[in-house]
Amino acid sequence: MPSRESSATGYTRRDWGSHPPLIHPDYKSTVLRGPTKPLVPLPAGLTEMTGPVYGHEALAPHDADLTRNGARNGEPVGERIIITGRVLDERGRAVPNALIEIWQANAAGRYVHAADQHAAPLDPNFFGGGRCVTDQDGRYRFYTIKPGAYPWPNHFNAWRPNHIHLSLFGTGFLSRLVTQLYFPGDPLLDLDPIFLGTPAAARERLIARFSIDATEEGFALGYEFDIVLRGPLSTPMEG
Amino acid sequence: MADFKQTPSQTVGPYFAYGLTAKQYGYPQTSIAEGVLAGDDTEGERITLIGRVLDGEGKPIPDAMVEIWQADAQGRYAHTADPRGSNSTFVGFGRLGTGTDPQNRFLFQTVKPGAVGDGQAPHITLILFMRGLLTHLYTRVYFSDEADANAADPVLAAVSEDRRDTLVAAREDGAQGVVYRIDIHMQGPCETVFFDA
Ligand SMILES: [Fe+2]
Repeated sequence: MPSRESSATGYTRRDWGSHPPLIHPDYKSTVLRGPTKPLVPLPAGLTEMTGPVYGHEALAPHDADLTRNGARNGEPVGERIIITGRVLDERGRAVPNALIEIWQANAAGRYVHAADQHAAPLDPNFFGGGRCVTDQDGRYRFYTIKPGAYPWPNHFNAWRPNHIHLSLFGTGFLSRLVTQLYFPGDPLLDLDPIFLGTPAAARERLIARFSIDATEEGFALGYEFDIVLRGPLSTPMEG
Repeated sequence: MADFKQTPSQTVGPYFAYGLTAKQYGYPQTSIAEGVLAGDDTEGERITLIGRVLDGEGKPIPDAMVEIWQADAQGRYAHTADPRGSNSTFVGFGRLGTGTDPQNRFLFQTVKPGAVGDGQAPHITLILFMRGLLTHLYTRVYFSDEADANAADPVLAAVSEDRRDTLVAAREDGAQGVVYRIDIHMQGPCETVFFDA
């Protein structure tokens, strides 16, 4: 049994060797927003082990296809990609019926968000938001456009690497995760205070892997990205 | 055997609104949840939970996202792990960004949860996300009119006495109905208690 599991709680603990710290001064916004006092340990009870459940009924037909769900009069501009993978727990077991919500910039590095003032064009055929639910093997698949890099005001000449934002619900409120997916070989990764805020040993887990098997002949490049969530220490089957 | 380690958290960033709270912010996509949790047929006492999220200078944060999760009025969670299984239509999950209210408040319209029956006082659990927060935070909301239950609550008991108030929402019975107010202080002398849950 992995050592990070504590039998006192009924749920795996948050692994602080994997997650970024709450204050990371290189990322300037953390300085006034991260709490300064130690977190108070909370054993998992029913409140924490339960959570909202959203199944396939929560989805609209093109929710997982961002190349189509924002189309008005044509196709979005940019490189079509497939993002696929499995949602797993820390024993490698599939997490079925996990809701994944994603949002991202368009190929030019511009978000639909009203507050995004980056002087790059909006794409009338790209919205940039989508959803899907994992199948019985924990697998998910999105069709989208590779997001562009964009500047941000953290420091002089600061650019975010290409990334897709992901939000996940697993089996309970403690499985909740919001993260970002990055792309292999991006030179901006080594300069990004958000990516670098992640413990070094865990950073690789945020980078999708190019996969010729996930690539669709004549249509789109495929990337694999598995996601590991916290979960209950035992299932009812195991007693 | 492969080692399956937790995928690291990353900040929700400044642009979550059209992805996670599209309907609230007026973007053309549906949302899985909003600020209204209680429908016409929901049993229980109607309450509005109102608060702000304040940064280290005491300024309201306009781009935080707050999620709440709670039991129904009878203390049951709508989830298979709750053996009593809520049979009401109440889901108990809400999600709001702080960017649409002129005062950057969150306002959840819900019912007051019942006690779950495990010795804990009635409470709502809350997750906080925002730009500048690399890993989400858990906190709780207790109710000021449950003084006896709060005094016996084991989670509050594990919090130092001088900080317990940061977790208790103040009840107001007014013309608008029952309102509970709680501000979340990220830093400062009133820094809210956050849990390593
Ligand atoms: Fe972003």
